Amino acid sequence: MSTTPAPPRKTNRIGLDVLPYRGGRTTLCAGCGHNSITERLIEAYYEMGVEPWRVAKMSGIGCSSKTPAYFLSQSHGFNAVHGRAPAVATGALLGNHTLQCVVISGDGDTASIGIGQFMHMLRRNVPLTYIIENNGVYGLTKGQFSATADVGSKLKTGIVNEMHPIDCCLMGIELGATLVARSFSGDKRQLSAILKAAIAHNGLSVIDVISPCVTFNDHVGSTKSYAWMKDHEEPLHELDFVPGFSEIEVELEEGESRVVVLHDGSRVLLHKLEHDYDPTNRFHAVEVLHEATRRQEVLTGIIYLDNKRANFTETLDMVDVPLATLPMERVRPTRQVLEQIIEEFR
Amino acid sequence: MHASPVAPSMSAEQSGPLPSEQRVVNDFSIQVGTVNGSGSQTANNVLMRSIFQMGVPVSGKNLFPSNIAGLPTWFTIRASKQGYIGRKKEIDFLVAMNPETAREDVMSLAPGTAAVYDAPLNLNELRDDIHFYPVPFDKLVAPVCPEAKLRKLVRNMIYDGVVAHLLGIDLEEMRKALYKQFGEKKKKAAELNWGAVLAGRDYAEKNLVKTDPYWVEPMDKTAGKLILDGNTAAALGCLFAGVTVLTWYPITPSSSLAEALISYLGRFRHDEETKKATYAVVQAEDELASIGMAIGAGWAGARSMTCTSGPGVSLMSEFIGLAYFAEIPVVVVDVQRVGPSTGLPTRTMQGDILNNALLSHGDTHHPVLFPSSPEECFTMAQEAFDLAEQFQTPVFMNMDLDLGMNNWMSEAFPYPEKPLVRGKVLDAEALRQLGGFARYKDVDGDGIPYRTLPGTNHAAAAYFTRGTGHNEKAGYSEREDDWIHNMDRLNRKFENMRTQVPAPDVHYMEGARVGLVCCGTSRYAVRESRDQLSRERGMNPSWLRLRAYPFSKELEEFIDRHERVYVVDQNRDAQLLMLMRMEMTPERIGKLRSVRYYGGLPLDARTVTDEIVRQEGL
Repeated sequence: MSTTPAPPRKTNRIGLDVLPYRGGRTTLCAGCGHNSITERLIEAYYEMGVEPWRVAKMSGIGCSSKTPAYFLSQSHGFNAVHGRAPAVATGALLGNHTLQCVVISGDGDTASIGIGQFMHMLRRNVPLTYIIENNGVYGLTKGQFSATADVGSKLKTGIVNEMHPIDCCLMGIELGATLVARSFSGDKRQLSAILKAAIAHNGLSVIDVISPCVTFNDHVGSTKSYAWMKDHEEPLHELDFVPGFSEIEVELEEGESRVVVLHDGSRVLLHKLEHDYDPTNRFHAVEVLHEATRRQEVLTGIIYLDNKRANFTETLDMVDVPLATLPMERVRPTRQVLEQIIEEFR
Repeated sequence: MHASPVAPSMSAEQSGPLPSEQRVVNDFSIQVGTVNGSGSQTANNVLMRSIFQMGVPVSGKNLFPSNIAGLPTWFTIRASKQGYIGRKKEIDFLVAMNPETAREDVMSLAPGTAAVYDAPLNLNELRDDIHFYPVPFDKLVAPVCPEAKLRKLVRNMIYDGVVAHLLGIDLEEMRKALYKQFGEKKKKAAELNWGAVLAGRDYAEKNLVKTDPYWVEPMDKTAGKLILDGNTAAALGCLFAGVTVLTWYPITPSSSLAEALISYLGRFRHDEETKKATYAVVQAEDELASIGMAIGAGWAGARSMTCTSGPGVSLMSEFIGLAYFAEIPVVVVDVQRVGPSTGLPTRTMQGDILNNALLSHGDTHHPVLFPSSPEECFTMAQEAFDLAEQFQTPVFMNMDLDLGMNNWMSEAFPYPEKPLVRGKVLDAEALRQLGGFARYKDVDGDGIPYRTLPGTNHAAAAYFTRGTGHNEKAGYSEREDDWIHNMDRLNRKFENMRTQVPAPDVHYMEGARVGLVCCGTSRYAVRESRDQLSRERGMNPSWLRLRAYPFSKELEEFIDRHERVYVVDQNRDAQLLMLMRMEMTPERIGKLRSVRYYGGLPLDARTVTDEIVRQEGL
């Protein structure tokens, strides 16, 4: 009996199929926005041909923080304490600055318990991709408001939020992140382009992804529900991402699109929608965010981009090889040095 | 304003006539009372160093307020021909420079004490049983320091000249000490200050008649020795341990450790060709971030550390529990101050012993090292890093303010001969040979699993680090058997440390029925108290100094060989004793007695002796 040979497996530019980019089976609720984000992450890392072993996946505690277990099975992951993934990620990059780091957090992690660390990570421009899976509620503790819940937003139980929300994108722009974006877990094309741009970016990328919680925050009255997002999402521009390793020539029509070149040669193409948006203008970026809030719109896209500022590990001017791998000869000063120091105390 | 808390209170009415003159050589204490921020530290260090250079064992203790400038501060120098360098409670020679406390300082002195004072204070009117030496500092400082704004600083150097004359300190040694203190770059300042010393000496020579019995004479007990503080020594220990990541948040009394280390890293840890750093330092936004970063770096394979004090350790609690459970190496140096709460930030205590050993919720315990001298700060810092990586766990180095911030005479540090212990790390080549690994499997039966570092180029290298329940393969698990298996292995790992941590320092005395146990800086008071008990009460106690937790079998043997064992603690709750009780049999616990001191000053021998005498009914 003859057999038909299996078709060759599809591989990416470094010869890997998609399997190493996948992770464990999700234990989140069916329909959870976080799972869509996971899918986009798998696609992004696969399509960009990132070496999985170079990636460190960090998270805090909560539904969102389970995400690193669901992608890149051949990457080291770290599920730290609530809200404090920024410190652990920063430390990991001090130990090995050649790692490609991604932090998956939630709105509780980022805007409540970990807001201090979030702000200082921004200030340092730590070179990592920081994704906020933002659903406005605490899922694992069964549905309390988080600090990103909008004024007037309702819990399932009917409780109305009266507190002003924290806008993580505004904070990101204000405090020093060098790529700030907002997206919606249901917007496959846009989120995919943003994630790739973030991975290619040599600095801190903050991506606030509205990711509806189907169990506790997907009802009428929620401003983080699928239905609300469908009606209130306002894309800033259409996005395309052209990776730096590709030789694709893109034809651009003057006045129609804007191109931003990232450090590795990748390009982000911003197609004009309503206005000729300049993501490198910090003041304008803040203005459009405030304006969108006033209009009760959720502005999505790459809101701010600075591809010139040095990142945190560059400013430390460390040797090229990871500190973690330095042999004793390079980290223990000589006998003569000890004698010289001792003489100062005689 | 309160008087010096160093000497016992005694009123003039209680005192008797001046004691008969008898030459007391190289065995006395000098206390200098000044105003915080008046630059007296330089004058005090020069005075101490000149005695040290004459070959006389000395120690210096700075008693200072939690304040930038203006509050009273006292510096005590003890000269001891017997080599006792613990605190001596009694003051023999006072230098009263602070008008706010001078009167009370004098009233608290024992009869027969000498006192140099600022003449306009008229302290001699207070008592007639003190050897008073009035010195008109303002009149003397004007001619030697034409710049009025510098006079406040230079003024203090005058008492060095006065005291040098009164005690017979070799002026050439004082000149050398002064120029060493100022260094090559500040020669002009050194000359100005030297002028002040000479002005003091000249005044004393012409105007003061020595009536007190205290003298300094040359000895040969300090040759080759160093003078430095424990924080600097610990910083050097970390430097030679090959630390690569320091993340910290400023807090008294540990900041000077980080600052010293940063300075040494800047001087000695750059790549010769590229001049790039072989280290990273981050001043974090708080203690939570500093320990989080240190743990992240330890996870990535760096030799990482943080240093802090009690309030910082409290904040680090959650993260330390994670590092214990996820098995991540990190070194935490805790320079203890007085708690609870903000407590007495600039006073000393050993109040974090239990906290260090048991920090965080659930069943956790951590190895704790107890250095007691600058030399041990240097060597134990290296042992701390080796233990952390060998056992993949947080290691505490438990210092205190007395050790960290005061000046100590020390042996020169030995160059570390032992290679760095990097622990069980599997690289890509090892994984190729093994085909894979299970992160939390006890392969060797010692409780210590193997780990891989992120960035290892092998498909089987990756594992997931988590503070939640996990099985041998690091997979999430809530199974009872996985949990118990893992917790038992962690305990087995901890038990294995007993023979790997620094062994105690044990001294058995012939026929001793009583033993003394202590750790850290209590060592000096206990050692001197042992001699006092022997000399004054005919007791001949053995003594044991713990150098690490978990305790080794030497401690049990020590208890077994004595009828009663006094455990000396510098805290209210007998924390060292409590830690011992957790591990001892009822029979051994029955032999333990407690001696405690928690006033915030360094422990002194007399306090220990008096308490043992009381409990022994002698």
